[in-house]
Amino acid sequence: MDDEPLNLVLFSGTEDRLQAAAVMASGAAALGRRVNIFLQYWALDAFRKDRISASLGLAPEAGERGAALVAEAAKAGQQPWHATLRVAKELGELDIQACSLSMDVLKIEEEDLDPLVDGVEGVTAFYLNAGDGHIIFI
Amino acid sequence: MSTEQIAQVVDAKGLSCPMPIVKTAQAIKGLASGQLLEVLSTDPGSVKDFTAWAKSTGNPLVEQAEEGGVFRFVLRKK
Repeated sequence: MDDEPLNLVLFSGTEDRLQAAAVMASGAAALGRRVNIFLQYWALDAFRKDRISASLGLAPEAGERGAALVAEAAKAGQQPWHATLRVAKELGELDIQACSLSMDVLKIEEEDLDPLVDGVEGVTAFYLNAGDGHIIFI
Repeated sequence: MSTEQIAQVVDAKGLSCPMPIVKTAQAIKGLASGQLLEVLSTDPGSVKDFTAWAKSTGNPLVEQAEEGGVFRFVLRKK
């Protein structure tokens, strides 16, 4: 299993889900596993240069109490999701690809995306690179 | 306490999961085989995480202690 990459499909663009994904990715990178991330819809939108550092909100189940707890963690020094991903990228083999369909739907051009994104691909290329590794949808 | 010299110390106190492990993985890259890395962490998940990381990466965990809520790990670069 360790030879197979960890494959994350990110759909959601809220900060809490992106942070959860960044934790999964960086933990795998720290174990020396290859990680592939495929960005769809609102997760892709969050990787736009003009959005990546913006406040992206939380999943609906967070509620007011959840929002307060997340804000407290940030104040205590928890780094934002994109910083966690940058560290993971320096550490190991982390490849981040934008879904070409989502690029079309959201009218995003490659130059609109943060340099964390390595390229654009279709779902077939994603499956090919995923090999027999787990695929997690967030 | 080990009498062997610690080559590098990673202070990951106050950092939440998975940063203590991520910083450890970064630091150990810079060491030579056989050198010791000490890591300090306050993340309560650290004990299980460091045991798992050492086992998975093959860098042995040679010491482990806890004092006043601070976990101390010593790893040997494989």
